[in-house]
Amino acid sequence: MKFESPLSPHLQVYKWQLSSLLSITHRMTSIFNLMGMMFFALWIFMLFLGEDVYKYFEIFSATVIGKFIFVGIIWSFSYHLLNGIRHLFWDMGYGYEIKTANLSGIFVLLSSFILTFLVWVF
Amino acid sequence: MVQFNLPKNSKIKKGNYFKSVSESKNIKKVNVYRWNPDKDANPRVDTYEVDMDNCGPMVLDALIKIKNEIDSTLTFRRSCREGICGSCAMNIDGSNTLACTKSAREIKGEININPLPHMPVIKDLVPNLKQLYKQYQSVEPWMQSNKSSNGSEGLQTIEDRSKLDGLYECILCACCSTSCPSYWWNGDKYLGPAVLLQAYRWIIDSRDEERQKRLKKVADELKLFRCHTIMNCTNACPKGLNPAKAIGSIKKMLVTEKSA
Repeated sequence: MKFESPLSPHLQVYKWQLSSLLSITHRMTSIFNLMGMMFFALWIFMLFLGEDVYKYFEIFSATVIGKFIFVGIIWSFSYHLLNGIRHLFWDMGYGYEIKTANLSGIFVLLSSFILTFLVWVF
Repeated sequence: MVQFNLPKNSKIKKGNYFKSVSESKNIKKVNVYRWNPDKDANPRVDTYEVDMDNCGPMVLDALIKIKNEIDSTLTFRRSCREGICGSCAMNIDGSNTLACTKSAREIKGEININPLPHMPVIKDLVPNLKQLYKQYQSVEPWMQSNKSSNGSEGLQTIEDRSKLDGLYECILCACCSTSCPSYWWNGDKYLGPAVLLQAYRWIIDSRDEERQKRLKKVADELKLFRCHTIMNCTNACPKGLNPAKAIGSIKKMLVTEKSA
């Protein structure tokens, strides 16, 4: 008697590659961006409701959590934008060599932090 | 919905431990995935102590040594032992490669060996690749031309021939396809890197006359565009080929070629 075949392990055993980590980050930032946009909409919505309501938003955004959310949204947008440009290069047929793809990936990751910093400062 | 966890019957249990009988100091622990179709039990991981002083250099040598000297029930595919048949493709040390070309000494610590990921297991390290072969067949991997050959070869310019470099070397070991998360979650619809590289090999062949038909066939949301350039495939390929680039080339062709 033969028993039903098991499924061989996948995520459980497969080692993360730089490329796969950056790829899943791209997907996660897309979800964060969506939440970020809702947060942005809330911001504008509260602005329209007048000073009395908006002051709560200002109090919240001055807290550590508020600041973290702001920086998080800026980073998420930065990373998604820059990695999106990396994807555009791929679509044009460039940068598929492992070395190039890893370099461009590291470049995107570093620049996303720099861009976040710049946006936050200005 | 994507299932990230293993199904109940696939959860891996702790297995047996085979202590080395040799006096050698150079012992390496090899952890191997085991499953027997004749027993009603979950898969398990058996650990073998292998005397590396009396073993060939490659992971396949270690497996053969285990089968010959320690546990003859261990089952795996192998044939050429020189990286051209693709039989001994498996997941070694967390990524897919050929056991015969992977150095055992280069692996630090214990060697973990699993079957190719997210495949039905036939026995131990032998996966069922039926689905992949069916998909391979679906891209009609043969020359299609109406030109009569007149008994001579179909000639190609040196330039046209060079377009097949990096494609014809594929040995269909399935390391790339089974390393791809997209193929894990959508393997029933998405063709996967190995088959798409083969599809591209025929699309780009100057002697083939069905380029448009081939392009049209593969231009599909699920068959082709489930590739998100994760690049696990290119990282895994034991032949150093670039399936991600081949897939990218097909995507690009679909945009740049008029009637495709």
